[in-house]
Amino acid sequence: MSSPQITLQTVTGVDVELTIAGPGSRAYAFVIDWHIRLLLALQWLLVGHLIFFRGLKMTPNPGSSYVLWVWLPTVLIYVFYHPVLEIAMRGRTPGKRIAGVRLVTREGDIPSAGSLLLRNVFRILDSLPVCYLVGLITVVLTEHHVRIGDIAAGTLLVMDHDSSASSFASTTAAKSGLTPQAADLIQELLDRWPALDEHTRGTIARTLLARVEPQIAADDLARLTSLDLRERLLAKLARQ
Amino acid sequence: MSENGGLQAWATSRIAAWSDLGSILNRLERKRDHTVTETLRAIELYRALGRDLSIVRRTLPASRMTRALAQSYARLHAVIYRKPHNWRERLRSLFQDEIPQVVRELRGAIQLVALVFALTAGAGWWLINTYPELIGLLASEQMIDGVEGGKLWTEDIVNVAPSSVISVSILANNITVSIVAFVLGVFFGLGTFYIIAMNGFMLGGIFAFTHQHGMSGELLEFVLAHGLVELSVICIAGAAGMMLGESLIRPTHATRRESFRHAAGKTSKVLLLCALLLIVCGFIEGYVSPDPDYPMINRVVIGFGWWIVMWAALSGRLFGGGKKTSLQDEQG
Repeated sequence: MSSPQITLQTVTGVDVELTIAGPGSRAYAFVIDWHIRLLLALQWLLVGHLIFFRGLKMTPNPGSSYVLWVWLPTVLIYVFYHPVLEIAMRGRTPGKRIAGVRLVTREGDIPSAGSLLLRNVFRILDSLPVCYLVGLITVVLTEHHVRIGDIAAGTLLVMDHDSSASSFASTTAAKSGLTPQAADLIQELLDRWPALDEHTRGTIARTLLARVEPQIAADDLARLTSLDLRERLLAKLARQ
Repeated sequence: MSENGGLQAWATSRIAAWSDLGSILNRLERKRDHTVTETLRAIELYRALGRDLSIVRRTLPASRMTRALAQSYARLHAVIYRKPHNWRERLRSLFQDEIPQVVRELRGAIQLVALVFALTAGAGWWLINTYPELIGLLASEQMIDGVEGGKLWTEDIVNVAPSSVISVSILANNITVSIVAFVLGVFFGLGTFYIIAMNGFMLGGIFAFTHQHGMSGELLEFVLAHGLVELSVICIAGAAGMMLGESLIRPTHATRRESFRHAAGKTSKVLLLCALLLIVCGFIEGYVSPDPDYPMINRVVIGFGWWIVMWAALSGRLFGGGKKTSLQDEQG
């Protein structure tokens, strides 16, 4: 099943297509962010504690300075991680960046600070009763995979893979005599190489090489190891 | 030249323009105030990228190059159509015009929520007055024992924690209650109704209980400095929540989702001001309310003074916008 898309019509007549991030990408980004914010908060707590008590010992009643300088910032880091970073990083957070997603308005624009704050206010509701169950159910059931906070703020989570560098680089292979389509396929295979099992990537690589290097005998191709196949594909792209 | 050869030649000619697209887009996204030259370059790039995307969509559909160009085009589209940003002007407009406008729209809902709060407070008073043994439903055992022993729980607050810590925990709690009262409006207003009714009921019940032990005057003295604004703000947040619920029951737009989005965007502006007001309330409750050195008259002045400031802020008069909006109202 393909991911849902929204199409924005522009004055140039060339439509902008945004691919909506599904529940998986959303959850992946959230889990990364959750770990980062937890680690940041715990780091502040630990460092603050070490500085405050000059060690790991603990006094029964540490006083208001400890609460205000150690506990309060810890809670603030945890609670304000999402709204602050989403505003500062224009709809992204470190987790969203790693997961390859970003927030946009329904018009494809960068959301305003007000929208991002409102989206986070509704986190209280989306996180009910436990583990973001309300949010998760809404994400699964809605057409554009949005939680209640996104509906309220008019935001969408869209795919944002920054693959431009390698994609455009593959076009330089056009100089080597490869067709742009073949160069594109080889680049795609090389990018996914570590994720594919040896048999699958070997089969695809041999098929591709047989197409772009018809002079190689089928027996020779069959004898090539996984490493050799990768080397040959890289050489095809790198050749000037 | 074959079709593939032509495509190769064209891609090669464009590769220089595409190679540093990522860094150009990052620069454009990061900056808010672009020069005329930068803007013209961005528009030119937008047109060129549109042409390129159009070609690759026809010749290499579903390829990585097409996806990458579409991605860059979408990012550039967002940069070019981003609304102009002037945070000073935005804040001025928000506090002078937009919040007062929403408060005027919420006037009926605020009155209704205040009525619900008053009625449930009355119900709480009546219930505890008639059946004193039910106070266990509203107050902790420690609180009950304290009052029965002739001592309000508020007297010990500053002994338990310093005022600064109390203030921060109280303001965080109050802001959370207001936000919850607002967002629970999504359940067709019933969630908001429940929060407001529970708060009213508890306040009435606790006052009745302290009254039975001749301590309601002391409790009033404690509540007066911060309570007027605190309770008003919770009612306003509740009214905003009711508006959310109403947007789902009686949609003002083509779909319920659109109506909800519109209502949430509008009413959340009031919530921002409510949060700011509650921060000050938290400090009053932490420093002034539990301090026995403040006489009643000072508490009355602080309580009513802050309440007047609240209404001046909500009407926009505090930020110099009240007269204009009142005039617009009359004309409207």
